[in-house]
Amino acid sequence: MTTMETSGKGRGPVGDASSAGLRPASPDIMAARRQDQRRKWTEIALFTSPALLLFALFVVFPVISAARYSLYKWNGVKAFSEAEFIGFENYARALWGGNDPATQGAFRSAYTEPFWQAMGHNLLIIVASMAIQLPLALLIALVLNRKFPGRSIVRVIIFAPYVISEVIAGVMWFIIFDPNGIATQFVESIGLHPPEGGWFESQQWGIWTVFFIVTWKYLGLAIILFLAGLSGVSQELQEAAAIDGASWWQIQRRINIPLIGPTIRIWVFLSLIGSIQLFDMVWVLNRGGTQGQYATIATFMMQYGFLRKDVGFGSAVAVIMFLISLLVAIGYMLTVLRRDNDNSELAR
Amino acid sequence: MTATLNEAPPVTPEGDAPPRVASPRRGRRSDGGILLAIFVGLVAIALTLGPILYLIVGGFRTQENLSTNPTGLPDPWAWQNYVDILTEGTFWQQAFNSLLVALGTTVGVVLFGTMAAYPLARYRFAGRELVYLIFVTGLMFPLTVAVLPLYFMIRNLGLTGSLWGLIVPQIAFALPVTVIIMRPFLRAIPKELEEAAFVDGVTRVGFFWKIVLPLARPAMVTVGVLAFIGSWNAYLLPLLLLTGDASGMTLPLGITQFQGQHSSATTLIMAYTSLSMIPALIFFLMLERRIVDGLTGAVKG
Repeated sequence: MTTMETSGKGRGPVGDASSAGLRPASPDIMAARRQDQRRKWTEIALFTSPALLLFALFVVFPVISAARYSLYKWNGVKAFSEAEFIGFENYARALWGGNDPATQGAFRSAYTEPFWQAMGHNLLIIVASMAIQLPLALLIALVLNRKFPGRSIVRVIIFAPYVISEVIAGVMWFIIFDPNGIATQFVESIGLHPPEGGWFESQQWGIWTVFFIVTWKYLGLAIILFLAGLSGVSQELQEAAAIDGASWWQIQRRINIPLIGPTIRIWVFLSLIGSIQLFDMVWVLNRGGTQGQYATIATFMMQYGFLRKDVGFGSAVAVIMFLISLLVAIGYMLTVLRRDNDNSELAR
Repeated sequence: MTATLNEAPPVTPEGDAPPRVASPRRGRRSDGGILLAIFVGLVAIALTLGPILYLIVGGFRTQENLSTNPTGLPDPWAWQNYVDILTEGTFWQQAFNSLLVALGTTVGVVLFGTMAAYPLARYRFAGRELVYLIFVTGLMFPLTVAVLPLYFMIRNLGLTGSLWGLIVPQIAFALPVTVIIMRPFLRAIPKELEEAAFVDGVTRVGFFWKIVLPLARPAMVTVGVLAFIGSWNAYLLPLLLLTGDASGMTLPLGITQFQGQHSSATTLIMAYTSLSMIPALIFFLMLERRIVDGLTGAVKG
């Protein structure tokens, strides 16, 4: 990228010099300027090329390769050049069972149903995050947004689950939610009936157990982000509203919550992207469950593309996942980010 | 968070407010608020630390104690699990691998990321915004999408099982965030400083090494911490690449491998998991502020 630009620009001043010879400008100055230009482009190339090279080789190229693999039937063992080109068959298989009536029925139960099941789990986690985590984190942040003894300790400790790896969180809760584990015993001791066969094995409870663990791990981050936003809201504004007789809830609803809008939108974006890509924790928890009862799109992709060596199909799923992330990111940039930036421009 | 003040305040400006009088009603309410905040804080701490402590304490139980009395304290306190793990070499080897990979990734990300951000922040050249845009779009390229081709690529290079095969792609994937955080920071370095340096005969490259790098240290720490945590906790890429012997694994992969091997010895797994969690947890919590700054900076751009 840069090297191309460098060479292109390098030629520019040469062309200028021949026509500049007609002008009275001193050749010395022209030569110096040309040398300056050349040095500048060399420096730019030197500074940016390691990053651009790494990025092109290990990020862009693999993503393009994934798009290419997705059009082939390939097991990853034999050479890719011997793989069979099948067009968009892998996508068709994932989305509706493929176009061949002879195999459609079998493919539907082998590929399409688990694919949509996994997609549904991602969607459920997204919706539940917005409907449960967001209000809960916001409410806790609003309550904690004042001086009280132990404030800084609370802040640091509720951040802890975020820096613990998903692997550790997964293993830890797997032990706690074990059919003989402490969570099961606790639920029994208060007279309720834990799910038959264990929390994770239950078709009904499996995904909600995973959502509970996700919430445990990421709620603290949301609270801390909101608290950081709230610390920027003018204290005088709130005091003035209180003196005018506004209730606590009115102050939160009319001042604090609208003013941390940008922070809330950042969290929504982080949460969306994280929910789409959720992998580590779910993989640690029995790779999405024995029946895939809480598999996500990422674990589904690994199950087929890596464990079952159906690399073409796994790549097609990866590309679908990429397109969904892309849509979310573009939507975020076009709507939210532009609005927030426009507002800050206005204020300046 | 200054941007938060930009929306029109929905209440009357404070200038219109009557002179401040200590209202007894308000005083009582905020006392209640403090009690509520303390209560919510205590509940949050209990829910956060409860499972973590249960895990750590569980490492001190015997298997029999865990099944008969999981809620009480261990009786007796059994040190054997922790001693076994710490005297056997695999745990240390994995911790060392994790540290090596995280340090390698961090150094690479901070160095290359700052280098790339420098011309993007302080040079004027055709195509600058395009290069920046390439990095911004990089944020949307998740590792999960690239991981299968990456695996075949590294396998063809003969680097599976090597920590380098892990470090280099991790650097590449952490670069976009780094460039995006570093650019506004480098841009904020005063122009006068640069001009003064040039008058003194310092080249742009010299300016980068002698002035920019020391000045950018806070931002470099922020991106460095994010890169370190990302690498330390990474699971997906090691899962594909470090398939060989357990002593060649990083800790997250080592934990799941250990779990698979000792599936009936739950308390031993608890000890193993605790040991790999505690030092990093303490270290990361000390850097809480930096992590939050980095996360908000990355998304706002």
